[in-house]
Amino acid sequence: MQRFPCPFCGLRDEREFHFAGPAGKVRPDTTKAVSAEDWADYLYTQPNAKGVVREVWVHTTCQEYFVMERNSATMEVLGSTALRKDAS
Amino acid sequence: MTDRYSAFNVLREGLRGHKGWRPAWRMPEPQPEYDVVIIGGGGHGLATAYYLAKTHGVTRVAVLEKGWLGGGNTGRNTTVIRSNYFYPESVALYDLSVKLYEGLSRDLNYNVMFSQRGMLVLTHSEPEQEMAARLVNAMQINGTDAELYGPEDVRKKAPLLNFREDARFPIHGAVWQGRSGTGRHDAVAWGYARAADRLGVDIIQNCEVTDFLIEGGVCKGVETTRGTIRAGRIGAAVAGHSSVLAGMAGYPLPIQSYALQAFVSEPMKPVIDTVAFSPACGTYFSQSDKGGLVIGGGLDRVPSYAQRGNLPVQEAVLSGLIEFAPVLSKVKLLRHWAGIVDVTPDSSPVLGPSGVKGIYLNCGWGTGGFKAIPAGGYLFAHILATGQHHEISAPFDPARFVTGRLIDEGAASGIAH
Repeated sequence: MQRFPCPFCGLRDEREFHFAGPAGKVRPDTTKAVSAEDWADYLYTQPNAKGVVREVWVHTTCQEYFVMERNSATMEVLGSTALRKDAS
Repeated sequence: MTDRYSAFNVLREGLRGHKGWRPAWRMPEPQPEYDVVIIGGGGHGLATAYYLAKTHGVTRVAVLEKGWLGGGNTGRNTTVIRSNYFYPESVALYDLSVKLYEGLSRDLNYNVMFSQRGMLVLTHSEPEQEMAARLVNAMQINGTDAELYGPEDVRKKAPLLNFREDARFPIHGAVWQGRSGTGRHDAVAWGYARAADRLGVDIIQNCEVTDFLIEGGVCKGVETTRGTIRAGRIGAAVAGHSSVLAGMAGYPLPIQSYALQAFVSEPMKPVIDTVAFSPACGTYFSQSDKGGLVIGGGLDRVPSYAQRGNLPVQEAVLSGLIEFAPVLSKVKLLRHWAGIVDVTPDSSPVLGPSGVKGIYLNCGWGTGGFKAIPAGGYLFAHILATGQHHEISAPFDPARFVTGRLIDEGAASGIAH
């Protein structure tokens, strides 16, 4: 059993977390026309790197989203950061 | 040297101390240039090489494998072969595979032990049974065999399942596909390797691709741990590591890699002679010829390149097993493993051009790559030989993610994969 660090609740059982997607994706600006290619890229393309990855996770018990850095090959967790400015 | 496998030759070589057999494949040094280079010496890569040589007469072909043949997911799966899908595109694809498997042992002169023992996909409620009827109808319309089973039919096929009055998930029926079954996974890799080698394909093991050779926007070859190899066309069939190659060449992929676990129990007397799957319990199992139960379930929920599984999914899969087959609760596990699978948003594979000229893709099979090996190889060989899609592979082109014409089998056939 692995434990992941929620920036709000501390180390918790991996079953409490849900992978939401890669960090850093920007939703296309829908006030302008968006091409099918740009939508496909936003919706479906995954960096899926082997090694250090930055991902958005949600801690399902507190419902907070945060960025977790970890190594997808060794499964080592390198840190987690709240997405809201003040975690307190 | 004795080459062909037959009862007579086995007897003759047995009397001679098995000293006259020709090795199953050569260990060639890589040539500087080939017509086609296939990256990945698993089932799909080896089958592609075989059909390139056999069907299309393209024999200047190399298969590059970073480890040993079939050492990835081809040697790490639960060996189920089936075509119980919902959409016509999927049934065309997977039924081509079942048909090729049906003749494969003879075709390759290698016993792949395809045992068409049938598969039960159980339902545990009336609504699930109605969805099963819908799936059976779709499968029949799409031209593959399917039957809707009631509880008594299921009991006849697999009496060890949970038919107790107080079962938490009572069995209402099943989707039965009698042509489904299991195969010998290593034999599929070895059989294709041997047959491809006999047709002149170079199978190069311990040869990892480290970069692509891109000249003027066109891929002209690969850099490997055993030197530069140039090629007319390059096919990537590396399953869970597809995104690693995509990162090197710079084409986008809609793939996330996850670990998929499987389990084998201690060997025991025959208890089930079919494949039983309960989507509600999240577990399926069959019994191997050696007597071990081969058990599988869903994906680990943490994206991963580590070839090992995590405990929560083990617990879920095994508790699901003892829910729908409680008689197995005292059975001990012998071993367990995990492979890295390439999951797409619509749970359907990706076949076709990568976006970088010269590189073609065979990936995205997710948890169901083994059953698709002959079809994946057959269609990928067609793409690599002609530069065009086969009519069966065309719907699986990566362009579907732009057009929105997805083939969402995860939702349609209710089979998590």
